Amino acid sequence: MFARLSARTVRPLAQQAKLLSAGRTALASQATLPELGYGYKDLEPYIDGQIMEIHHSKHHNTYVTNLNAAMTKLADAEAKGDVGAIVQLQGAIKFNGGGHINHSIFWKNLAPTSAGGGKLECGSLKDAIDSQFGSLDGLKEKLSAAAVGVQGSGWGWLAYDKVACKLAIATTANQDPLEPTTGMVPLLGIDVWEHAYYLQYKNVRPSYVKEIFNVINWKDVECRYEAAKK
Amino acid sequence: MKVATVAVVLACAGFGSAFVAPGSKMVMTAEGGVSRRQAIQTGAATVTATGLAFLTNSVPARAEDGPYVLPDLPYAYEALEPHIDAATMKFHHDKHHLAYITNANKAVAGKEAVSILDLQKGAIKAGVRNAGGGHYNHSLFWTTLAPAADSGKPSAALTMAIDASFGSFDAMKEKFGAAAAGVFGSGWAWLGVTKDGKLDITTTPNQDNPLMEGAACTAMIPILGLDVWEHAYYLKYQNRRPEYIAAFWNVVNWAKVSEYYEQYALKQEGVPVQG
Repeated sequence: MFARLSARTVRPLAQQAKLLSAGRTALASQATLPELGYGYKDLEPYIDGQIMEIHHSKHHNTYVTNLNAAMTKLADAEAKGDVGAIVQLQGAIKFNGGGHINHSIFWKNLAPTSAGGGKLECGSLKDAIDSQFGSLDGLKEKLSAAAVGVQGSGWGWLAYDKVACKLAIATTANQDPLEPTTGMVPLLGIDVWEHAYYLQYKNVRPSYVKEIFNVINWKDVECRYEAAKK
Repeated sequence: MKVATVAVVLACAGFGSAFVAPGSKMVMTAEGGVSRRQAIQTGAATVTATGLAFLTNSVPARAEDGPYVLPDLPYAYEALEPHIDAATMKFHHDKHHLAYITNANKAVAGKEAVSILDLQKGAIKAGVRNAGGGHYNHSLFWTTLAPAADSGKPSAALTMAIDASFGSFDAMKEKFGAAAAGVFGSGWAWLGVTKDGKLDITTTPNQDNPLMEGAACTAMIPILGLDVWEHAYYLKYQNRRPEYIAAFWNVVNWAKVSEYYEQYALKQEGVPVQG
């Protein structure tokens, strides 16, 4: 009933299938730089327009470019079965992929004050924050301390811990993405790489972290919270 | 006049360490006297204590309450222009480096003081890799930079070693540059001498350095480091780290680096630094 394929036929077919699938994978995983959804200057005076422009069009764009390059090389290595090359690419994928994931969240976490940035309205997130941290100020204190305390480059996060079913404060180093590395769902990220604030705040990271709360898009954070709880 | 105030006057006039306020920490300069900065600090403390705080307005704010102090830059802030800008040098030295020193002093409070060089080996275990490493790394860094006109070139001995290990000076610069550009996040690139006496290049994350036991890098005695934390270049170069790295080569103090190579690294000794 089933035609028996000879070994001579199976091997080339399998290789073709691998190449096709790799090609599909490469195409499907072409990352693109997301739009901000607001103008570069729209978060002023809390975050300079110059910072936003360089941060989005240079730093994030570079992560996207380098991620795509690494993924293309990965597809090629997979097709060839080159495990050494696959292993070697992991660092670049983690760094650039993480950078892309983190910044894509970050831009949505921010909003101009004119669009509600900085305002936490009544709702499930506010309830959870009040319950766990006493108040929004209580959360700000803990999250700020974590973000300011990151040594070197990294991120401070308000996260959802799916195991404990509660909000959590976390930090990640460099561009490590939160969920793939810890399992916790990122709700709000504060980028504390120096490029996120140096042109305006210089070495005074605490001032940047304090001011960024004026432009946090709490509606977006709440959406993520609702989705994480499911 | 209080003893401490007399000490300030005498020290400032170059009379050295004849009088030092009891309880103050001695900072030995290369010549063995109390450093002018120490004398000013003691004087400032005295002046403040006597309610004449307005007199301290010209004294820069310091928080070096401990054995470690901020070494002076061997040149003016603008001396490395246009390669490294004055604003960067000012923030980097006066703010960032000082913060590491403040934290290092807090970390070692109550413990027996060791030189910042000696602190490096056990820094990871002792929990001082960030503050202690930051202080050493920057103290070394300032001395390995010089105005472009004084950059010079490596000594004959160092040149031979570079050629032996990398093939050529340009090949070394290329390898070092690639390493520096490739650091993910904050860190340093290093040129140093390994245990087998050869030159090599490595990188460390954050404020680690190759002197630290347990650092994830090639163990070596560093003779030249390049800071690739964004604060080291962002004001002038923003995201363009490779441009900063290329510019750096114009302001390397090769006489100093050669001295470090010949007098310390070849003898498998870490380079001592001021502060």
